Amino acid sequence: MDQTAPITAPEGIADDISLKVKLRRAERKRKLHAMALIAPLFIFTLSIFIIPIGLMLWRSVDNPELITYMPRTVIEIQNWSGEGLPDDVVLGAMALDLREAYKAKKVAMVGKRLNYDVSGMRSLIMRTARKFNRQFPDQPNLDAFLKADKRWSDVKYWHAIKRASDSMTPFYILASIDRQVIDNGEIERVPENQAIYVNIFWRTLWIAGIVTLSCLLIGFPVAYLLANAPAKWANPLMICVLLPFWTSLMVRTSAWVVLLQKNGLINSTLQGVGVIDDPLTLLFARPGVYIGLVHILLPFVILPLYSVMKSISPIYVRAAESLGAHPAVAFIRVYLPQTLPGIGAGGILAFILAVGYYITPALIGGPKDQMLSYFIAYHADSTLNWGMASALGMMLLATTMILFSIYNRLTNATGVKMG
Amino acid sequence: MLQPYASTGLKIWHYTFLVIAGLGLVFLILPILVIIPLSFNSTSFLSYPLTGFSLRWYEEVFSSAVWGLAIKNSLLIGSASAFLATVLGTMAAMGLTRANFRGKAVVNAMLISPMIVPVIISALGLYFFFAEVGLNATYTGLILAHTALGAPFVVITVTATLQGFDHNLMRAASSLGANPWTVFFAVVLPLILPGVVSGALFAFATSFDEVVVVLFSAGPEQRTLPRQMFDGIKENITPAITVVATLLIMFALAMLGMLEYLRRRNERL
Repeated sequence: MDQTAPITAPEGIADDISLKVKLRRAERKRKLHAMALIAPLFIFTLSIFIIPIGLMLWRSVDNPELITYMPRTVIEIQNWSGEGLPDDVVLGAMALDLREAYKAKKVAMVGKRLNYDVSGMRSLIMRTARKFNRQFPDQPNLDAFLKADKRWSDVKYWHAIKRASDSMTPFYILASIDRQVIDNGEIERVPENQAIYVNIFWRTLWIAGIVTLSCLLIGFPVAYLLANAPAKWANPLMICVLLPFWTSLMVRTSAWVVLLQKNGLINSTLQGVGVIDDPLTLLFARPGVYIGLVHILLPFVILPLYSVMKSISPIYVRAAESLGAHPAVAFIRVYLPQTLPGIGAGGILAFILAVGYYITPALIGGPKDQMLSYFIAYHADSTLNWGMASALGMMLLATTMILFSIYNRLTNATGVKMG
Repeated sequence: MLQPYASTGLKIWHYTFLVIAGLGLVFLILPILVIIPLSFNSTSFLSYPLTGFSLRWYEEVFSSAVWGLAIKNSLLIGSASAFLATVLGTMAAMGLTRANFRGKAVVNAMLISPMIVPVIISALGLYFFFAEVGLNATYTGLILAHTALGAPFVVITVTATLQGFDHNLMRAASSLGANPWTVFFAVVLPLILPGVVSGALFAFATSFDEVVVVLFSAGPEQRTLPRQMFDGIKENITPAITVVATLLIMFALAMLGMLEYLRRRNERL
């Protein structure tokens, strides 16, 4: 009945093996079936999400400008030792490249790329290219370059060209942590007045931290109230948490803009009560960002905490109290430790979401309250420095991934669920 | 909550705790309640006290071509992407609960990733990618993008519903001669429907609320409601914004009611 069964084996064993084979086949069929069901979404997510993000991150090391538009120069400059100025072979190649890039209207791309490294280099490149295009020098040597622009005698410009000549560059990633490669090839901190990104990173974590802490401090009592309120109260109270949760982000943000204005409800109430004389600056300032973010993220803390508190049996606290523990001691040593999984899960979730927030700080915050996301968007659509946008994106993504793996470990170990 | 024999100190602490919790709830709900009356204000001031009752701002929004297009776009993109996300997500959830295989954890993480990756990164990745393939400023591009962002919610809700599903029912149906399609549509789907529908609602809400991808990838033709509101808030906040906000709050209430109904139905089963 089964050809795969060994002929010499006794009847009973043969059956046994065939059953095993059949089981394995059925199992394999089930697996294939399962994979076939997963495949469409898997392929979709891969091609509409994972690969686009991968390609974007690649831009943080991609260095195509000089290779594409200055092809001769990037080859010849490899032979330059970095001592003194480059020889006539490099200069000849460069003069030719500049003229052709100018004709093809691509020299601005080269100038822009080099300007990231050494400021002022855009004008140097543009000027030289324009002059070489008008009249190409008979002898494209150093004199010709110096005639076009005296700055070419400074070796730092040539180093910048050499650094930008590789197909991949550490430039953007180093810049995202306020570091740069200097002329002798070493990595050092960028000058104080240009060092901004590490500060922004810390600011992002700081804002997210304050917001998370506030969410936990407000969310804990709210969750406790929801979990312990009598049934007829629990539902209407829950709506106070769920309605904001389901209300569009833009609605909540616009509500806060209205409330936080100079003559908005908060200021006029505080003035009416007599707490303050002059209106507080809440909008386009840090307090507004904190208030807006806490409001948006609070449900993400309350819901897991509520789910944990709902499952805590009151008998432990009762037992502790009946054994003579003061209610406060019973609360701190018996009740609180049981809510730790919820505090951890809700807190990290709020932190992850806060770190990546864009819309609310962008609309409620001022220039000094902007977080990483804002600068990613800024480089992507204002300065068009896509390498920098990607490098900062990499920083944000890495932070999120690390936090999420902690979150995952916490929730898997304790089985906390959202909502 | 409070024992009758509690000491005075404990009582004070208890009521302080309740007050903090109450303030927390007020903080959550108040901004949403405050914006509604402003939409009925007769003048354009966005502050209390109200100057009089009027429906002029509603008239303005309903007769405006810009808001009309935005509402139409939001509904179109939202329902198309929710539909795609629901089909793809339900299939994947069925597969994920059906068998264990090597690399399942990685596959799972990949399918869920659009929910975790900060939206600015997704938006930028899609913007560059759509520029290459010519999908920027198209409905197709936005629908595909929102499908990717919404599908994880369907996967999660349907997987959770399938956890309580008795797989023997499928075996019973098959052994009685039903083909896989019949098994799914006649046996499985009716039972997991609450999960599927709430997944679909989550996916719809994700698209309906999404603004960052739209900010980067949409053209003037594809402006959605949140995108239009973003402009309004950024430039000059007018009572028209509070009208749209009020409508969206009503919409959120409806969603909430529907989800609660589904949850109760699921509990009964």
